[in-house]
Amino acid sequence: MRQQELEKAKDYKYGFTTDIESIRAPKGLNEEVIKFISNIKKEPKWMLEWRLKAFNRLKSIKEPNWQKPKYPKIDYQNLYYYSAPKSAKDKPKSLDEVDPKLIETYKKLGIPLKEQEKLAGVAVDAVFDSVSVATTFKDKLTEKGIIFCPISEAIQKHPDLVKKYLGSVIPITDHYFATLNSAVFTDGSFVYIPEGVRCPMELSTYFRINASETGQFERTLIIADKGSYVSYLEGCTAPMRDENQLHAANVELVALDDAEIKYSTVQNWYPGDKDGKGGIYNFVTKRGLCKGKNSKISWTQVETGSAITWKYPSCILKGDNSVGEFYSIAITNNYQKADTGTKMIHLGKNTKSKIISKGISAGHADNTYRGLVDINKNALNARNYTQCDSLLMGNKCGAHTVPYIKNKNSSSTIEHEATTSKINEDQLYYCNQRGLNQEESVGLIVNGFCKEVLQQLPMEFAVEAQKLVGISLEGSVG
Amino acid sequence: MLEIKNLKASINERSILKGLNLHIKPGELHAIMGPNGSGKSTLANVLSGKKGYEITGEINFEGESLKAVSVEERAQKGIFLAFQYPLEIPGVNTNNFLKTSLNSILKAKGKKELDTLSFLKLVKEKSSELGIDEKILSRQLNVGFSGGEKKKNEILQMKILDPNLSILDETDSGLDIDALKIIAKGVNSSRDDKKSFLVITHYQRLLEYIKPDFVHVLSDGKIVRTGCGELAEELEKTGYKKIN
Ligand SMILES: Nc1ncnc2c1ncn2[C@@H]1O[C@H](COP(=O)(O)OP(=O)(O)OP(=O)(O)O)[C@@H](O)[C@H]1O
Ligand SMILES: [Mg+2]
Repeated sequence: MRQQELEKAKDYKYGFTTDIESIRAPKGLNEEVIKFISNIKKEPKWMLEWRLKAFNRLKSIKEPNWQKPKYPKIDYQNLYYYSAPKSAKDKPKSLDEVDPKLIETYKKLGIPLKEQEKLAGVAVDAVFDSVSVATTFKDKLTEKGIIFCPISEAIQKHPDLVKKYLGSVIPITDHYFATLNSAVFTDGSFVYIPEGVRCPMELSTYFRINASETGQFERTLIIADKGSYVSYLEGCTAPMRDENQLHAANVELVALDDAEIKYSTVQNWYPGDKDGKGGIYNFVTKRGLCKGKNSKISWTQVETGSAITWKYPSCILKGDNSVGEFYSIAITNNYQKADTGTKMIHLGKNTKSKIISKGISAGHADNTYRGLVDINKNALNARNYTQCDSLLMGNKCGAHTVPYIKNKNSSSTIEHEATTSKINEDQLYYCNQRGLNQEESVGLIVNGFCKEVLQQLPMEFAVEAQKLVGISLEGSVG
Repeated sequence: MLEIKNLKASINERSILKGLNLHIKPGELHAIMGPNGSGKSTLANVLSGKKGYEITGEINFEGESLKAVSVEERAQKGIFLAFQYPLEIPGVNTNNFLKTSLNSILKAKGKKELDTLSFLKLVKEKSSELGIDEKILSRQLNVGFSGGEKKKNEILQMKILDPNLSILDETDSGLDIDALKIIAKGVNSSRDDKKSFLVITHYQRLLEYIKPDFVHVLSDGKIVRTGCGELAEELEKTGYKKIN
C-alpha cells in the first residue's frame, strides 16, 4: 500500500523530485503543496476543495498574539508540510544509538523494551507486537459497528460522515492555527460510535500503527451517535521525539442525544533543554459539541511536555441538559510555558459545566490558566463550577489565573474558586523523615495536589501519569 | 547507638541548644522533660537532620557521624521521628504513603521491597496488634484526623518502619487514656536489646506505662539533670522551678 503511494507520488504531475526513500513535498505553503497532500492521500475532489477554501481564508488572517507566552516568528514558507515517515535507513538501528537520557526516562516509566524502541523511532524489523493486538482489537470493534481508522481512510470510505461533521465544530474560518490545520492536515484518527453502542474498550491512538508519525498537523474527528459512549486516549506518557517544532492539531468531538465522550490526553512532547533551547510548540485546537440533549463531553488533560503549550479544550453545550467537563494538569518546569484552560459555552437549558485546573510551575517556567464561561440568554438554569489551583516551586516561576465570565442569564449559577500556594517545606520534611528522597517527596505531594484530575484518567493511563508527574519535576526543588 | 557531644544549635541567629550531651545505648529508653521552649523539639529536629539550623558539636549514630547525612538517609539508617504536629498532605493516601516510605527504607537497606499484598498484610497485623482502626489508613494522610488519630498514626508508622532509634516528640500530649495505652503498647512491644527510644514528654503519666531507663531535664538548651523514673515523679510534684 505504502509502496503504491510512493510510486504514485513519484509520477506526480507537478514534477516534484522525490526519491522513494524520503518522499516529501517541497518547502513552503501554497496551493501546489496542498494539492500534493490531497493527491498523495487519494482524496476526493470535495476534500481538496475544502482544503483550498481553508487555504484561501488563511491568506487573509493573522496569527493571534494575545497569549501570554510569546515565541519567535514562525516562517510558514520555510516548513515542510508533507513528508513520508522516515525509512529504516535513517532511523537509529538500536536503542544504543538513542539519547541515554531518553532511555533512562523510559525505564523509570517502566515501558517495555519493544515499546521503547518504537517510541524512540528505532527501526524494528520484526513485526511489532501491537500489530496482532491491533487486529484482534479491530475485529471486536467491527462487530459492534464501530469505525476507528485513520481519518484519511475515513475520507475515502465514509465520506458522508466526514462531510457532515468535519469542520462542524471547528469551522475552517475559526482562527489561524485551526485554519492552517484544515488546509494542510496530514492524518489523524476518525471514530464513529453507532447509536446505542457502548465502546467496549478504551480507544487509543496507541493501537494505530504509525500513530507517532502522523506529523505536526493532526486531525481527529470523533462522533458519538445517540445513546453511545466512548472513551478515547490520546498521546503517551513517554517523551516523544519529533523533528517538527510546530504542532497544530485539531480535534473535533460531536455527541448526539444521550451520548457521552470522554477524551483523555497525556502530552509529553520534547520540552526543550534545561536552558529553554528547542522544544515543541503545542498549539492545539480541541473542541467538543454537545449537540444532542443529555449529552456529555469530558476533557481530561495532563500536559507536561512542550516548550509552549497553548490550548483550550472546550465544550459547546447546545443540547438541553448537556454536561461539559474539563480536568487539567499543566506542569511547567525549567523554561517551559503554558497558557491553557477551557471554554464552556452554555446554549441549552439546564446545561452544566465543571472546570478543575491544577497548574504546577517550577524553575523559570510560566503557567497561565485562561478560561471562559459563557452563559447565553437561552441557557436557563445553567450551572458552572470552576476551581483553579496553582502550585509554585521556588521563586523564579510564575502562575496566573485569568477567568472570563460572560453571563447573560439571571437564572444561572456560577461558582469560582482559586488558590495559589507554594510547595510546603514542612510537608517535604515530613516525607524526607519517612525515608523518601526529594524527588519522591515532590512527586507524592504534587500527585496529591492533582488527585482530582488524575482520578479522571482511565486506570492504565493514571498509573503512568502519576510517575510522569514526578519525573517532570525532577530537579525542581533543591 | 546515639552519642551527642557538646551539641549547639541556633536558628535565625537565635541559639537554642547550648551544649548538650547525651548517650543512648542500644536497648535503652530515655525520657526528656523540660519546660516549654527549652529546646526539646529542636533537639528532635536536629537529630532528624532538618535543614536550617547552624550546628556545632558531634552527633554519632551507630558509630558514624551524622554531620553530612541528609534527612532521608538518616531515616533510611533507622532514625524515626514521631512529630509533635504531624503534617497533613492532601490527596495522598495514607496507605500509599506508608508503603512508599517502607519500600524506600527497605531498598536503601538492600532488602526486598514489599508488594501491595504483603504490605497490606503487615499493616493489618500491626494495626490490630495496637488496636488501631485501620480505616484511617485509607484516608488522605492526616487530613481531617483528630489530634489523637494523628498521634496513633505516627505510632503505627513507627511500628511498620521498625526503626532502631525512635524519637517521640510529645506523642502522648492530648491523648485520652485509651489512646495513651495504645502509644505505650506501641513502644513496649518494640523494645528489645537493640532498639532505643528518646521520648519527649511533659507528663509522668506516660512514664508509668513505659518505664524509662533515664529521665533528663532539658532547660534552656542544656541537660540540667539526669535521673531515673523517680525524677519524673518528683518533677510532677515540684515543677521545674527548683531545678534551675
Ligand atoms: N525557626 C525558629 N526561629 C526562631 N526561634 C525558634 C525557631 N524554632 C524554634 N524557636 C525557638 O526555640 C525555642 C525552643 O523551641 P522548641 O520547639 O524546641 O521548644 P520545646 O522544648 O519543644 O517546647 P514545647 O514544650 O512547647 O514543645 C523556642 O523559644 C522557640 O520559639
Ligand atoms: Mg516541642
